[in-house]
Amino acid sequence: MDIIFVIVITAITLLVCYIIGRSIEKKHYRSIEEREKRYQHILVFNERTPSPNLTGQPFYLVTGSVVMSSDYFKQYISMLKAFFGGRLSSYEKMMDMGRREAILRMKEDAYRKGATIIFNVRLETAMLNQAQKNQNQIVSSELFAYGTAWIMK
Amino acid sequence: MRNMLLSNTEFLPGYSIVKHLGLVQGSTVRAKHAGRDLMAGLKNMVGGELKGYTELLNESRQEATQRMMQQASAVGANAIINVRFSTSNITAGASEILAYGTAVVIENR
Repeated sequence: MDIIFVIVITAITLLVCYIIGRSIEKKHYRSIEEREKRYQHILVFNERTPSPNLTGQPFYLVTGSVVMSSDYFKQYISMLKAFFGGRLSSYEKMMDMGRREAILRMKEDAYRKGATIIFNVRLETAMLNQAQKNQNQIVSSELFAYGTAWIMK
Repeated sequence: MRNMLLSNTEFLPGYSIVKHLGLVQGSTVRAKHAGRDLMAGLKNMVGGELKGYTELLNESRQEATQRMMQQASAVGANAIINVRFSTSNITAGASEILAYGTAVVIENR
């Protein structure tokens, strides 16, 4: 009787976390897509050499970063997946969202300074794992984008 | 020091590099406080962005950049080129942010 109770409680918790997590994800994706359209005019290159016709224009280092974390549901699914092998598409989504968000924040930083072109954009990922007591690793990672922005006159 | 120019490129159009003054760096190790930890623990159940951590790392990065600029102005530079950043997990709950670049003296061509 007790075991059934524990299983049901766990299943309900996982389900609630899953539903809330997916709705947060959808909202975030919508916000990302809307802002990507808005900042489409800010050009982003990862070439090292900025174009020579930017001579004399002011430049600024611009950065954008975000810390994304996975949730319990993703963790359970990935534990099963890791047993059989294959793509962990839920983590792929988390990293993709984080990267796009970091690049958007870098563009927003440039926009606030009046710049419209960013060169030498680099992307860095840092793992900030937090080990829990029962050894279930909660994956959280920092996505960081930085580059040099020029105001094009 | 307030007008120190930062760039993560090697080449600045319209400026020429008069002097290279070597590698400068700034780093900081920050730990989160228990309040943020609790919120992050709850957020970990549903996933998504951890805003407390994002702010923490942003502040650390600004501090590291400030220290790098201080080092550069101490050697007499007016710009830092080829700036790179690095983040590493030191221990559970503390991360080190490192900013490094080449201090140079530049002038308008």
